[in-house]
Amino acid sequence: MAVFSSLSDRLQDTFDKLRGKGRLTEDDINVAMREIRLALLEADVNFKVVRAFVARCKEQCLEAEVLSSLNPTQNVVRIVLDELVKLLGSTDAELQLPATRKPNVIMLVGLQGSGKTTAAAKLAYLLKGQGRKPLLAACDVHRPAAADQLETLGREVGAPVFRGDGKDAVAIAREAVEHVAKLRGCDLVIVDTAGRLQIDEVMMQEAVDIRDAVKPDQILMVVDAMTGQDIVSVVNTFNERMDFDGVIMSKLDGDARGGGALSVREVTGKPIMFVSQGEKPDSLEVFHPDRMARRILGMGDVIGIIEQAEKLSDEQSVRDAERMLMEGFTMDDMLTQLNQVRKMGGMRKLAGMIPGVDRAIAQSGREVSDEQIIPIEAMIRSMTKEERAKPRIINGQRRKRIAQGSGHSVQEVNTLIKQWEQMDKMMSSLRGMALGGGGRQMGRGMADMMRNMGMDPAEANKIARMGAAAGGGNRQQRRGRPKKKGNQKKRRR
Amino acid sequence: MALFDRLKDGLSRSRQTMNEIFYLGGEVDDQFWEDLEDTLVMGDMGAEVAFQVADDLREQAAREGLTRADQIRDALATRIAAEFTPKTWDPFVYLPSCVLFVGINGAGKTTTVGKLANVAHNQGVKCLIGGADTFRAAAIEQLDVWAERAGIEMVTRERGADPASVCFEVLERGEQIGAQLTLIDTAGRLHTSADLMSELGKVVRVTRKRASCKVFVVLVIDATTGQNGLSQAKEFNDALDLDGLIITKLDGTAKGGIAVAISHDLKLPILRIGVGESIEDLQQFNAKDFARALVGASEGV
Repeated sequence: MAVFSSLSDRLQDTFDKLRGKGRLTEDDINVAMREIRLALLEADVNFKVVRAFVARCKEQCLEAEVLSSLNPTQNVVRIVLDELVKLLGSTDAELQLPATRKPNVIMLVGLQGSGKTTAAAKLAYLLKGQGRKPLLAACDVHRPAAADQLETLGREVGAPVFRGDGKDAVAIAREAVEHVAKLRGCDLVIVDTAGRLQIDEVMMQEAVDIRDAVKPDQILMVVDAMTGQDIVSVVNTFNERMDFDGVIMSKLDGDARGGGALSVREVTGKPIMFVSQGEKPDSLEVFHPDRMARRILGMGDVIGIIEQAEKLSDEQSVRDAERMLMEGFTMDDMLTQLNQVRKMGGMRKLAGMIPGVDRAIAQSGREVSDEQIIPIEAMIRSMTKEERAKPRIINGQRRKRIAQGSGHSVQEVNTLIKQWEQMDKMMSSLRGMALGGGGRQMGRGMADMMRNMGMDPAEANKIARMGAAAGGGNRQQRRGRPKKKGNQKKRRR
Repeated sequence: MALFDRLKDGLSRSRQTMNEIFYLGGEVDDQFWEDLEDTLVMGDMGAEVAFQVADDLREQAAREGLTRADQIRDALATRIAAEFTPKTWDPFVYLPSCVLFVGINGAGKTTTVGKLANVAHNQGVKCLIGGADTFRAAAIEQLDVWAERAGIEMVTRERGADPASVCFEVLERGEQIGAQLTLIDTAGRLHTSADLMSELGKVVRVTRKRASCKVFVVLVIDATTGQNGLSQAKEFNDALDLDGLIITKLDGTAKGGIAVAISHDLKLPILRIGVGESIEDLQQFNAKDFARALVGASEGV
């Protein structure tokens, strides 16, 4: 995977090189900027955007106060981060749906295969969660069975679908908005349209006609995160003809570096509103530019994890966390945590959000897969209640029984118990930290855990250092925040 | 030469930018080489390949004394054409064969299967379509419309069925009716999803084992894909041992530079390219034509 290392890897390598230096010269900056330029290009950021971006960053980096400051590298990172956030749009954009109109109308447009129909269903699901009653209008009359697809997806997310088979797209859209929505008690219509090329005049006119007929409150363009340099001419033309309000970036769950996302905002000035990353209906999320920028730079999305955890955490798990800290960590806790991880969108997604971990895994050449949870679950479930509460009593005899009961080998049971020991150790070091310890200790705990997961020790130490460094950075950053955040963070751990 | 014209049409946008640098001034200087690099990168060829090609070309120009922009343009076309891996076998011509279509979501697999089946059917080839995309809503219905339009038999199962067992049934039916060309559509998936990739691995293994004729696994890639296309192709190739590529949606403004990179890096031939909506727009691939259309070389064939 070395050739395809992601944007954040590339940038992080660059910054790692800079970090070794106390003072930066103009040449250092030039080298770093060249790397950034290449990394952005390989991430499919549009060429012109890259040029302007690098020029802006360089200008700021070369200011005398940056070069001679106490920690120049940190400053370079900060400048690049700030510029990235600016590029992605400084504020979170929201859907504008005036309360005075009923039904509200959202129209989706985009190229073929960008994921409009899927996005329509996901959007319906998201808005349903906010108390709206969406109607899906199937206005893709060109692709065979497109309406069938929407109908199936609509059933899955529990939203009614209107298909005016045989009619033209404009008529279907109009009927959906003017009559059907009221008839079915819906207060919002999502219009799914056919995929079209921006140079196909007839099809573009159809989209304009639909827009004029139903006057959507919001027009969203669905853009595939894997699109290359061409994205600029695509969104430009759509912007000229349709004047869309925002973008849904689809297929971001792949390893696409999302350079297109960086370009769209810069080129059209239109914000990215949602990102879609997964096969399930709940995988459409509001886009946060600052978090995306941190992710690209390999700084992780710590706030995102906290939010995810908050969504799931209830009184019970807060009590559990406290008990774990105070009384030690049981096998049941381990199982609960693994299941929690699964609920939060799986290992892979979480790994991408934790600073450094994503990169560490890529470097170790291992796949993070939720399948690894299944054997662990089987083994823990083969233990008695006593064994789960006090894993230390598990002796050779018991190991053998557990192995047989779960259909795994004794070695696997051994590994599991070792993993538990490490996690237990980490918990106790966390307890130490809660009572006034330092980040270094936690870094060590992480290194142990990584090594235990089968990583090269040198790598593991490196990651741990990164983790400790990131932890330090976050602490610094947290200083300005309300105290509440700090508490939540502790709870998560 | 209709085919060439069509392709040229499809790639006209990329040529426009090329033309700018070749005609502006016409003199070959440092600025020219820099612009050339930029333009190649903008065509999605990837920074690495682009810089390599530009460097090689610069050397060649110095060696052979090429000073005029149009000379260099021809050399560039030849250089790019050489990057492609030549095709040694065409599964849609040399029969009987069975072709499995794989790729990420929305690349155009179902449409490609529909079009290829139509073309073959019209040439009097006995075809069979297999609908192994049992995941996406209405994928089977979409394929069914294509099959019905052409009057070709299609074998499939209900949504959610095991795709490998669908393939098994398709091949069994193919033997019964003596199909010469069996085309199987699979569900789109992201190459990063380990579970779905191993499912596809099973589909391919079952198909290869059951089939009595040669099985081709073909990756369908959307031409608008950027550098991620390389990582897609690599992952699919590692998991499935691909036999070839089909590049779709080359009309529009997509530059298709990613085709150069993939074909070169993975040593995979490009079997067909899609340059438009209609059935005839799915064409044979010709490296020279493609490269010349990409850079707009002079038209003395």
